[in-house]
Amino acid sequence: MTLDAKAVARIATLARLDMTEDDAAFFQEKLNGTLQWIDQLQAVNTDGVEPLASVADIQLALRPDVVTDGHMPEAVLKNAPESVEGFFVVSKIVE
Amino acid sequence: MSAELLNLTITEATAKLTKGDITSRELTSAHIAQMEKLRHLNAYITETPERALAQADESDKKIRAKTGGSLEGIPLGMKDLYCTKDVQTTAASNILRGFIPQYESTVSQKLKDAGSVSLGKLNLDEFAMGSANTTSAFGNVINPWKRNNGDDRDLVPGGSSGGSSSAVSAHMCMGATGTDTGGSIRQPAAFTGIVGIKPTYGRCSRWGIVAFASSLDQAGPFARTVDDCALLMREMSGYDAKDSTSANIPVPDFTAGLDGNLKGLRVGIPREYRMDGMPAEIDASWQKGIDLLRDAGAEIIDVSLPHTEYALPVYYIIAPAEASSNLARYDGVRYGLRVDGKDLNETYSKSRAAGFGKEVKKRIMIGTYVLSAGYYDAYYTKAQKIRRLILKDFTDAYQQCDVLLTPATPSAAFAIGENENDPIKMYLNDVFTVTVNLAGLPGMSVPVGLSSNGLPLGLQIIGRAFDEHTVFKVGKAIEMRSGFNAKPKLIGF
Repeated sequence: MTLDAKAVARIATLARLDMTEDDAAFFQEKLNGTLQWIDQLQAVNTDGVEPLASVADIQLALRPDVVTDGHMPEAVLKNAPESVEGFFVVSKIVE
Repeated sequence: MSAELLNLTITEATAKLTKGDITSRELTSAHIAQMEKLRHLNAYITETPERALAQADESDKKIRAKTGGSLEGIPLGMKDLYCTKDVQTTAASNILRGFIPQYESTVSQKLKDAGSVSLGKLNLDEFAMGSANTTSAFGNVINPWKRNNGDDRDLVPGGSSGGSSSAVSAHMCMGATGTDTGGSIRQPAAFTGIVGIKPTYGRCSRWGIVAFASSLDQAGPFARTVDDCALLMREMSGYDAKDSTSANIPVPDFTAGLDGNLKGLRVGIPREYRMDGMPAEIDASWQKGIDLLRDAGAEIIDVSLPHTEYALPVYYIIAPAEASSNLARYDGVRYGLRVDGKDLNETYSKSRAAGFGKEVKKRIMIGTYVLSAGYYDAYYTKAQKIRRLILKDFTDAYQQCDVLLTPATPSAAFAIGENENDPIKMYLNDVFTVTVNLAGLPGMSVPVGLSSNGLPLGLQIIGRAFDEHTVFKVGKAIEMRSGFNAKPKLIGF
């Protein structure tokens, strides 16, 4: 499996990474190198093996559905690039 | 006096502080001076000397009142992946430059509660992605060790916790925190001649630590002795309701019973770790470790971990996949760098393009690809299946033995830039450590000797899940018998 320039551009769009053509060429080479190396896994027989998502042998704990935190708008907005009157500000998204 | 203070172990310093022979202010000041003297190593991203001295004075009061905690007045360094309230936390990335958390990570809070003093935030690979600490937006970290063969090039301190390993080995702090996703505590510890442990997945809370690959990430300590590492580990561990993968099981006193006696213990030697082309001195240091453990009373058993060779490619699917999801949060809206575009989508992609470095972008793209429609099963599900086989390898091996002994790394520290053009070679740094993350087991790196070029070499001890205590016992047995006490010349004493 090799990725062409178009596939790399599509991945960059999915990943929300703005990319120049030079960047795309750079990543195309890097991605293909890594993917080629990863392909050796196809040789492993995994018939009947369940995928393992996490080793944590833990049942998710339940807790009462109550507010444990909050009422700290200043702290929440402290690192915002832009905020106004208790809100995050972003560019206009609805015409 | 300063060298004397800097040479103390945490255990020794605690005894002297308690007796009133020294004060935390003296101890902390000595470390601040060492930080300044060796600033060219670039181990710290943010130094916090004023805060440290204020904390030291508080500690001195508590020690006099006999109300101190078990790390009271001990100056430590914090990997800059742990969120620290009111102190800049960057993950060594431009996208978080200037980020001031309004909360404290659970583990750093625990260390604070135990009375420790924080000297500052330690450099790392960007988002902990790297094995040489050469991907930080705040510059490379330099290893205080040098080769003794006339080759004067600066060496890497390992990665991703390279600031931590460099600072502890250069006595710029008495111990430090790290995180380990594929080897990021054990490999840097081995490259700098110190002790570092990645605990069992779930032992330390991940809450408040900048996430890389959530099913693999674990917090852990660095120190210069096994006893000190066990002490830090005890204070960092424990259940936390804020981390749903945190294990609600008791934390034993890891410092108890470390006497170097391993009578009755069965140590497994996995034959697949004897890799083709492995340098003879790595093999020799491994054999030395085997001999030391036999001398300590352990029984040595040959075992097999047949899927070892697939661990690295599995890791380079799973870790980027999880990273691409975790790093989706950096969108220039709530915190971090923003570069405005003509619409919100363009703001996202411009902010992320400007904020992330090349290695991080590469891994995000690999992760995005292996999770994308049409490729998910071929890559991601396949990797998760092989991950189960890797875990089963260990479960099977532990039918025959109690711990495993392996080399920590396939080489000693290399020069900055030496492996840059060959990513696979760079990834091979983690060939002995990455299996342990995939299986969620505890693994410790402990120094065993010096290479022919005068650089430290480490061994890795791998334990059963939640059996860090046995890992510490084995580490102590190696430490007591190896006679390793070399220090980098640079530190000046």
